[in-house]
Amino acid sequence: MKNLWLILTRYNAFFMFIVFFGASFYLVVRNNSFQRASAVNSSAQLVGSAYAKVNAWKGYLHLSEVNTQLAEENAALRERLQWYTAPDTLVQGTVNDTTWGVQYRYLVAKVTNNSIHQKNNYITLDKGSKHGIAKGMGVISSSGIVGIVLNVSEHFATVQSILHSETRISAALEDSQAFGSLVWGDQYDARIGTLKDIPNHVKVREGELIYTSGFSLFPAGILAGKVIETGVSGGDSFLDIKVELSTQFHNLQQVYVVQDLLSEEKAQLESQNADNG
Amino acid sequence: MAKVFLYNLARFTVLVMLQVFLFKNIGYYNLATPFPYILFLLLLPVGMPNFILYCLAFITGITVDAFYDTLGVHAAACVALAWARINFIRVTLQTDQYESFMTPAWGTVPFRWYFLYVAVLSLFHHVTFFFLEAFTFHQFHYTVIRILLSCIFTIVIVLLFSLLFYRKKQR
Repeated sequence: MKNLWLILTRYNAFFMFIVFFGASFYLVVRNNSFQRASAVNSSAQLVGSAYAKVNAWKGYLHLSEVNTQLAEENAALRERLQWYTAPDTLVQGTVNDTTWGVQYRYLVAKVTNNSIHQKNNYITLDKGSKHGIAKGMGVISSSGIVGIVLNVSEHFATVQSILHSETRISAALEDSQAFGSLVWGDQYDARIGTLKDIPNHVKVREGELIYTSGFSLFPAGILAGKVIETGVSGGDSFLDIKVELSTQFHNLQQVYVVQDLLSEEKAQLESQNADNG
Repeated sequence: MAKVFLYNLARFTVLVMLQVFLFKNIGYYNLATPFPYILFLLLLPVGMPNFILYCLAFITGITVDAFYDTLGVHAAACVALAWARINFIRVTLQTDQYESFMTPAWGTVPFRWYFLYVAVLSLFHHVTFFFLEAFTFHQFHYTVIRILLSCIFTIVIVLLFSLLFYRKKQR
């Protein structure tokens, strides 16, 4: 005790410095917003980064538990997903959307049967008249156009795809907006189609994109393919353009059936033209 | 004794007022800001008890802080200066000198000692002050430049003050 007192008196300048400086420092941190904020911040940063590190390690310990949880959740979600995609339960698909200004409605359908190697290829869908699909509707996929609904039963529909000798779809070139008919043409390669009836004077470049024109069953502006060869058929006034189809027919899974709400009205109006002619 | 007390009281009043009303507005951009009020602490009698010296340093600092709105920063810097002063005097002066009650002014002590005294102590003050004010080592270079330039500024002003009162002290 005596020694301690000796030390304290011997180095009193230093100990008093500690005391006074500590008091000042306390005042600084306590009463100045900037210093307080930065002191608290740096400590929060320290604490935060420490927690983050510990949590990163702790995460490994719970991996199996979390895995099981995720698997269970996946199973539950799958069960619910099935509820949405199963044909019988999609009731809202048949609700008639009469919203003004909406010309097209899209019905999601799954491909249940598909062929690409025939001369005339057909696709079968898992939705039918019960879900609002009717003969003559257009069918598209997320990557491009697919075909036209040919026959409808209560639960199924068959689609005459572009890969069919009878299918013609109105399509337009991106740059010139010149429109022609997209057909399969060569009838052996499922990736290649032909754009016919484009006049000779239209300048076509390779790589130019082709979209639906909006004149037929499909809404305008849906990607159909890409020009890969611009050829002139001999002695003809129309070009035969080789087109790489954007739809991947060989792995087609899900398609959208396009319902044109105004098609009847349009057809009726256009029939009057024929009467006059 | 009473004379010394009165001198110091007058010095305190004048220097602090000069500091907060005049020198607060003087500066070279944000780089050099003079703090000549530390002259009061420098000129306190040598043989003063440490505790009183610390108290005076703390009070001076708090007073200036009150005007600068930086509660505690100047106080801490002044306390650091007081500590440096105690050690500087103990190291450089003879025992009989540092137990006497003399005022370490330019007339009574040699200029070389006085200059070193002012320089070292103001450096201590400024280092503490600017680092506490910045409260980060982030812009270290910037803080160091501020310390050095402010130190030079303060030393020049302190020496000018000492020159002004040089004759008076010599007697």
